[in-house]
Amino acid sequence: MSQTDDHTNNDQVDNGHVNNDHVNNYRRKFLGQLAAVTATGALGSGLVLNNFAQARPADEAVSSNVRYGLLIDTSKCGNGCDACVKACNDENGLQGFDRPETDAQWIRTVKLRDKSTNRTVSLPMMCQHCEFPPCVDVCPTGASFKRADGIVLVDKHLCIGCRYCMMACPYKARSFIHEELTGQVQGIPRGKGTVESCTLCVHRVDKGETPACVEACAKDGHKALIFGDLKDASSEIALRISKEASMQVRGDLKLNPGVRYQGI
Amino acid sequence: MAKIHYREIEGNSINYYILLGFFAVIIAIALAATYYMEHNGHHVTGMTNQIVWGVPHVFAVFLIVAASGALNVASIASVFGKTAYKPLAPLSGLVAIALLMGGLSVLVLDLGRPDRLIVAMTNYNFKSIFAWNIFLYNGFLVIVGVYLWMMMEHRMNKYSKAVGFAAFTWRLILTTGTGSIFGFLVARQSYDAAIMAPMFILMSFSFGMAIFILILMGSYAGTGRPLGTAVLSRLKNLLGVFVAAVLLIVAIFHLTNLYATEHHGFEQFILLNGGIYTFLFWGVQILLGSLIPLFLLYSPATRESALWITISCVLVITGGLAQMYGIIIGGQAFPLNMFPGFEVSSSFFDGVVNHYSPSMPEIALGVGGVAIALIMVTIGIKVLRFLPLSLDDAIVDPHYKPATEETAESEATA
Ligand code: SF4
Ligand code: SF4
Repeated sequence: MSQTDDHTNNDQVDNGHVNNDHVNNYRRKFLGQLAAVTATGALGSGLVLNNFAQARPADEAVSSNVRYGLLIDTSKCGNGCDACVKACNDENGLQGFDRPETDAQWIRTVKLRDKSTNRTVSLPMMCQHCEFPPCVDVCPTGASFKRADGIVLVDKHLCIGCRYCMMACPYKARSFIHEELTGQVQGIPRGKGTVESCTLCVHRVDKGETPACVEACAKDGHKALIFGDLKDASSEIALRISKEASMQVRGDLKLNPGVRYQGI
Repeated sequence: MAKIHYREIEGNSINYYILLGFFAVIIAIALAATYYMEHNGHHVTGMTNQIVWGVPHVFAVFLIVAASGALNVASIASVFGKTAYKPLAPLSGLVAIALLMGGLSVLVLDLGRPDRLIVAMTNYNFKSIFAWNIFLYNGFLVIVGVYLWMMMEHRMNKYSKAVGFAAFTWRLILTTGTGSIFGFLVARQSYDAAIMAPMFILMSFSFGMAIFILILMGSYAGTGRPLGTAVLSRLKNLLGVFVAAVLLIVAIFHLTNLYATEHHGFEQFILLNGGIYTFLFWGVQILLGSLIPLFLLYSPATRESALWITISCVLVITGGLAQMYGIIIGGQAFPLNMFPGFEVSSSFFDGVVNHYSPSMPEIALGVGGVAIALIMVTIGIKVLRFLPLSLDDAIVDPHYKPATEETAESEATA
C-alpha cells in the first residue's frame, strides 16, 4: 500500500494556513465547476485555488482555522431514503460481504421512536468527528488522529487492530475489517485487520468538494445534510447553528462533536 | 526457621514429559487457530463490529490480572516480613511472570495485525492507558525478574526486600492500569466507574492465589516432595479472605450502580434479564465461584482436605473467568444508550442486545495462553531452583508444632 492521503496530511498539520473566509458561499454556487478547477489547481498554483475555494493544495498544511462539520436536519430526512448511505458505500468502495454483523458501515440510518409520544425520526449516523475524540485518546499507537481541521481519521499504517477505539467510541462509528478486501477504490486506504470510519470524505474535502453523502442528499432534493466550516461565521452551517436550535448526540459527554442534529 | 533448601526438580520422569507434551500440543493448536483467524480475518470468529473483544480477551485479561495476584505470596514474605511465606516467594515470582506472558501472548495474537507488534512497541500515544499498560507489563517482567534474581542469588539476598517492595508497588499500578482500560470507557454504561480499578486489584488477589495454590499442590504432588498443612492452610485462608473481598466489592459496585438511575438499565440486564450474562453472574460467579468455595475453605468438614482445597481453587478460577466474561462481553452486549427516551433501530444493531457466541478458534487461543503460562512454570522449576525440597510443617514454621489439642486434632484429620 502506498503512502496514504490522510497520513500525508497528518505529517503536515500546523505547517501553514489556508485563507478561506468568505469563500464558502462562493463555493456552493459553483460546486459543479469545482471538480475541474481543483483538479487543475492541485497540479498548479495554490493561489488560484484559494481564490476560488477552500481547497487545499497537496503541499499546504491543514489549517486549524477551519473546523469542518455537518448539520443534519432530520425533518428533511426522507423516510426510507438511504441515498447518503449508498453514496458513501460507492464513494469509498464499501461493498460488504452480506454479513451485516461484520461488514463495515461508515454511515447508517438510525430510526428513532419516542417512547412517550410515538413520534418517529430517521437520521444518518456516522463518525461525529469529535473535538475531544475518545478514540484518539485511547489509541495506543496514535493511529487514530485528529487533523487540525477537525477531521478524525485512522492511519492505516499504524493501526494494529486492537479495537480499543471501537470500545471507546460512544456512537458505534467504527468498523473493524474482518476479512480480505478486493476491488478497493484508489486513494481510500483500507485493509484487513484494521479499523476504519467515516473520513468526512477527506479526499474530496481536500479538493474543495463536499462529502459524497451531502452531495447525494442534495441531489435527491432533501438537502438534509449541510457540510461546512463551523469556524467561518459566514458559512451556511455556522449561520444556521447560530440562529436555529441544534443538538449534539450524547452532548453530556462533552466531546463537542462536529456533527450536529436538528429535529430529534 | 530451619534452612530452606531449594532444588530444581528432576524432570526426567515420563509423567513430566507427558505434561510438557500436553501443554505443547495445546499451544500448537492455539497457534494453528491464530493462523486460521488471521488468515481468514476475524469474521470466522464470534466477534463482530458490535462485540469487538471476545473470548481471547476474557482469557488474556484474566491471566494478566491473575499474574499480578500470583505475586502476592512473595510480597507478603518480603514486604510484610511474614517468614512463613518466604520459601514460596521464588515460585510466586515465576508464576507471576508466566501468567503475564501467557496473557500478553493471547492479547497480541488476537490483534487485527499481530505482525505490527513492532509498531506498538515503537509508537506510543502517551494519552492512551493501553500504551501505558504496554510499559507496565514490560516493567513488571523486568522487576519481577530482578526480584527473582535477588532472592535466588545468595549474595543478592540483602536487596530482595527493596526490590520486593518495588515489585509490590508496580503490580498494584499494573492492575490499576488493567482495570482502567475499562474504567476509562465513558461511553459504556457498564464500565464507566472508578471502582473498576480497585475491583480489579481484589480480583487479582483472588484469582492469582487460586492459581498459585493449584500450581504449588500440583508440583509437590508430582515430584513427591512433602507439602505440609501449615503452608496450605495459610494459603487457603488467604484465598478465602480474597474471595470474600471480591464478593464485597462486587456488591458495592452493583449497589452504587443501582443508586444511579442512568445505570438501572444495565443493572437490570446483568442481574435480572440478561440471559446468559445473568446466569453467569448469579450461577457461576457468585454461587459456584464465590459462595461455594468460601464454604468449602472454612467448613470444618472440608477445610483441611487437599482435595476440597483443590476443588475450591478450580471453582474460584471458573467464577473468575465468568466474571471476566460478564465484564468484557456482557458490557459490550448491552446496547449503547445514544438517544435516551427513544427506541432505536438500525442496520448496525443499534438498540439491541448484541449477540455473541464464542468460536472454537477463539477458545483454543485463550486456552493456549493458559498452556503458555503453565509450560513456562513446568520448565522453570526444572532449570532453576524455584521449589524448596520440602515444605513440611516443621521446616516452614517450627512453631506450628501441634501444641494445643485443637491443632493436634486438625493435624490428625489432615
Ligand atoms: S464519533 Fe467515535 S470515531 Fe468519530 S471521533 Fe468521535 S469517538 Fe472517534
Ligand atoms: S484499532 Fe487501530 S485505530 Fe483503533 S485504537 Fe487500536 S490501533 Fe488505534
